Amino acid sequence: MEYVSHDGLRIDGRRPTEMRQLRAQIGNVSKADGSAVFEMGNTKVIAAVYGPREVQNKSQQISDHALVRCEYSMANFSTGDRMRKPKGDRRSTEISLVIRQTMEACILTHLMPRSQIDIFVQVLQADGGELEFISRTRSACINAATLALADAGIPMRDIVTSCSAGYLNSTPLLDLNYTEDSAGGPDVTVGILPKLDQVTLLQMDAKLPVDIFENVMQLAIEGCKAIENYIREVLLENTKQLEYRRGL
Amino acid sequence: MLQSNTFSRKTKGGRIRKEVREVYLRDDIYCGATACKICDASGARLTSSPIIILDTNVVLHQIDLLENPAIDNVVLLSVVLNEVKNKNMAVYNRILALSKNSLRKFYVFSNQFHKDTFVKRMDGESPNDFNDRAIRVASHWYQTHLGGATSILLITNDRENKRKAIEEGISAETIQSYVKSLGQPELLDLLVNPASESEGVAMEVVEDLRPSKIQVVYPEHKPMSEITSGLHRGIYHQGKLRVNRYNSFEAYVGSESIGDEIIIYGRKNMNRAFDGDIVAVELLPQDQWHEEKNLSIADEDDEEEEDIRLAPSSADDAPRTTNLEVGSATNMNSTPSHPSGRVVGIIKRNWHSYCGSLEPKSKPAGTGGFTFVLFVSKDRRIPKIRIQTRQLENLLDKRIIVAVDSWDRRSSYPSGHYVRVIGEIGDRDTESEVVLIENDIDSRPFSAQVLSCLPPLPWSVSSEDLANPIRLDLRHVRVFSVDPPGCKDIDDALHCTALPDGNYEVGVHIADVTNFVYPGTPLDDEASQRGTSVYLVERRIDMLPKPLTEDICSLRADVERLAFSVIWKMTPEAEIISSKFTKSIIKSCAALSYVEAQARMDDSRLMDPLTTDLRNMNALAKIMRQRRIDRGALTLASAEVKFQIDTETHDPLDIGMYQIREANQMVEEFMLAANVSVAKQIRDYFPSCSLLRRHPTPTREMLEPLLRTAAAIGLSLDVSSSKALADSLDHAVGDDPYFNKLIRILATRCMTQAVYFCSGDLSPPEYHHYGLAAPLYTHFTSPIRRYADVIVHRLLSASLEIDKLPTIFQDRAQLTSIADNLNYRHRNAQMAGRASVELHTLIYFRNRPTDAEARIVKIRSNGFIVFVPKYGIEGPVYLTSKGEKGGGEWFVDEEKQKIVKMDNTISYSILQPVRIHMEVVEPQPNRPKLQLTLII
Repeated sequence: MEYVSHDGLRIDGRRPTEMRQLRAQIGNVSKADGSAVFEMGNTKVIAAVYGPREVQNKSQQISDHALVRCEYSMANFSTGDRMRKPKGDRRSTEISLVIRQTMEACILTHLMPRSQIDIFVQVLQADGGELEFISRTRSACINAATLALADAGIPMRDIVTSCSAGYLNSTPLLDLNYTEDSAGGPDVTVGILPKLDQVTLLQMDAKLPVDIFENVMQLAIEGCKAIENYIREVLLENTKQLEYRRGL
Repeated sequence: MLQSNTFSRKTKGGRIRKEVREVYLRDDIYCGATACKICDASGARLTSSPIIILDTNVVLHQIDLLENPAIDNVVLLSVVLNEVKNKNMAVYNRILALSKNSLRKFYVFSNQFHKDTFVKRMDGESPNDFNDRAIRVASHWYQTHLGGATSILLITNDRENKRKAIEEGISAETIQSYVKSLGQPELLDLLVNPASESEGVAMEVVEDLRPSKIQVVYPEHKPMSEITSGLHRGIYHQGKLRVNRYNSFEAYVGSESIGDEIIIYGRKNMNRAFDGDIVAVELLPQDQWHEEKNLSIADEDDEEEEDIRLAPSSADDAPRTTNLEVGSATNMNSTPSHPSGRVVGIIKRNWHSYCGSLEPKSKPAGTGGFTFVLFVSKDRRIPKIRIQTRQLENLLDKRIIVAVDSWDRRSSYPSGHYVRVIGEIGDRDTESEVVLIENDIDSRPFSAQVLSCLPPLPWSVSSEDLANPIRLDLRHVRVFSVDPPGCKDIDDALHCTALPDGNYEVGVHIADVTNFVYPGTPLDDEASQRGTSVYLVERRIDMLPKPLTEDICSLRADVERLAFSVIWKMTPEAEIISSKFTKSIIKSCAALSYVEAQARMDDSRLMDPLTTDLRNMNALAKIMRQRRIDRGALTLASAEVKFQIDTETHDPLDIGMYQIREANQMVEEFMLAANVSVAKQIRDYFPSCSLLRRHPTPTREMLEPLLRTAAAIGLSLDVSSSKALADSLDHAVGDDPYFNKLIRILATRCMTQAVYFCSGDLSPPEYHHYGLAAPLYTHFTSPIRRYADVIVHRLLSASLEIDKLPTIFQDRAQLTSIADNLNYRHRNAQMAGRASVELHTLIYFRNRPTDAEARIVKIRSNGFIVFVPKYGIEGPVYLTSKGEKGGGEWFVDEEKQKIVKMDNTISYSILQPVRIHMEVVEPQPNRPKLQLTLII
């Protein structure tokens, strides 16, 4: 299958280093302390953050830093075929864990001892939508969680952004869409702290020679940086709105 | 701008699901016209006016015309390309090649991603209408975009599309009228008339000529839906149709569903299927399974007859013989071994273009300057093809290429169109070219891209190479090479040093081609496509460009060269104590020919170190050879011939049997040993992605012809294992010296060829090489002329951690497809080599009618087939003249393999020597052929 035509366009009209359309909104869940909707192309994720608040289960309380919890789920309507997805299955447990670990790395938990931060992430729409490929939504989930955490005003080292890149037809491709991902090629998901230039998430479940892997990862990092710019813009815009509403 | 495509798709589970796909519309897609002032002109290719936009049907049907340089300045819309890709991959690849060719002005315009030409599918619009609309929208955009400066012409053969286009103000024409307007009549021959029109014309003509012929010749093909359900229910069987190379009225379909081959007799049962088509077959009722099998040489309703050809060297080349149970013709109760069937539908056509010539006797017929003629392909498996031409006089004595367009059920012949002329029939260059085209061999010069991958010339070993720690400096070692005389691509060299402890150090040094051919470069892609060098009698078609083949890689004498070496330490009994693989630098001290090497070894006065080395090696090789034979390796034989070619005219001067000397066997033995050692090494390191070579054990059925022949002359062969066969072949000594060789030749012919495969595809017991009696084997020793060896070099250097394993090895499917391509190319190269020898045999005998000794190898009802050892050719000798049917005067004794005259005066039995007269005759003008007649 030809994923990059010889005039350099991908099957959805993007060039190899272009990302899908990004869209973000802040404050969709007013009851939560922070919330955001993040879209990458046809993937749409909502995140809500509660906390820092008192630890509900005292036995889990940690004396010197905050407890971060994360729950990932997919809306039943997210894939189009009306299939009930069991809660707490392997896949969602894994993604929950990935998101929790990634976010924990950037939250300044030591400032909030004996408290708890809850991150809820739900996929509203999954591109393509076959169950095998929902793990692709993790980038969007992390970006949504970052926005929601920022909205909740939780102290962070930096914002985490995440993006994936794949390798098909001997070309590194940024931000694979559903069709490209179904090709079964390697898919590298990277999460970085852009200001600190640190990697907090790196996942790939395929084989790739090291030199190519480095190129693909570099491309994913560029993608993360682009997302960072966008997220900062959205946050800035949001702050301006807040200022305006407060009449400052 | 973002748009989305929404469509419904059926999932694997059979449910219908709505799919939404994003489409990103761009403003950075350029029109590609140099005259355009708005667009970025860096990639622009369209120079002059008018700019042509093609409809899908034009691309699909007129690809031969499009490849003609007269058609240029073409815009290929991506929507057209996609449709072509879905309908016909072969055409797609050709059109893509055109668009990449820098000499041609074919510009690909991604109209579906351009913001102004994006078209959204409307409700209820058929895919065809949608594509047509998209084409019109793009044409319209071009027209307004380029303004009046350049005119746009939409070429479509779809009447509806053309009408709508003109309504919308786009100038549109059919391809026919466009080609006429170009005023080049020879282009008209390239034109394919759309089925509806041409059929009308064709039928009219046929009506004029042969009214009796207007009838349905072939049964209708079943519709696809019926075939699919039939396949599903198991009443039809799917498989690739292979036509018997020596009898085009017989074909086989290997069917997985019944696990056997289905035989298809006759054109009617084949129902317009070509060789290589994927067909659906229905089994005939069992009582029709075995139709009277004709044992005569020439088929009854076939006017062609068996040609004289080179003696086949393996079962793959030999004519297929159906397994007939002896006596089944009389005893109808016995079940025939193979089911027979008939083709009910064609799932995928394998039409391509064919080489051949026009049938001279066909009466010219036609109207308006057109003439209908029959085209006879050189490949006998292909039926005659009817073409129409305006240049009949021109084409009659030419070899031409013709492509097939359609085959109507009312017509006995498929219809096609002329593509191009190769040259005059009988001309050596033309015929050689035909040989190359027939065997799908790319003889074009290497492209500039490929040549740019070569190291700068003159090349010599650099100090970097010398300093490289992975390279062992072996320049002080006495290395020499032994090759056929005049060999320029020397890829192997040897050395043999006596060690103080009485052992020997033996090295095999192979040209380090992978040091120059990097994976993924155009050079590598080209080599991988070519797969092998092809050796014709008068020329060689290289796999790698000449500087590499003859200079940089070639291990010539007295120059330093890079090599990949296998070095063993051996006892005088030729036991390998240790082996070592390393990259090296060598300096060959002598490039010997086999004759020279042999002469040196035989000359007892010579005591120089080189000769001593040769003798030591020879002694070792003899032991190794004996050991190999003891293990059960077969000594097979083939009748290879060697031409002496006139250096000026390239005409053959003499033919003789290729002589095999001890020196040949010595080199061969060490090459085998190196290949085996390397095979073990790569298989240990990369058990699932090594490229190995295997030789399947022949089944008893395959050996049946040999056994029958042997039984007829009272010889019993044990074929239970290769060892048993080797032993019984050794014991098969007749009263004359050539007998044993003849039996070996017959045995060789029963076996299939060895093939390359990817080790992950098969289980280890299947890796076995039957002929060499080796559990593992690969090709390592000729990387200059075989791509398989290049792959093996890469594997070996990766196993030594010199290089990284190229990514391709991680993709088993791709490795398998490479192995398949190598097998295909290898086979084609051999076929081409043989065809070239056949051609030169014909040229040689043209002026030299000769008498020669021959052996009968097969008995037929009206004659027998003889093998002429001296010239390595095989052909029929008729006892009865062609008109009358055999059997009247002569009687065939099937069991004793004998043909006896009715009055018992003369009889001929198999393997009997006879004298024959060979002469070139021309039964039809320009169709020379070699004829064998018996001298009584």
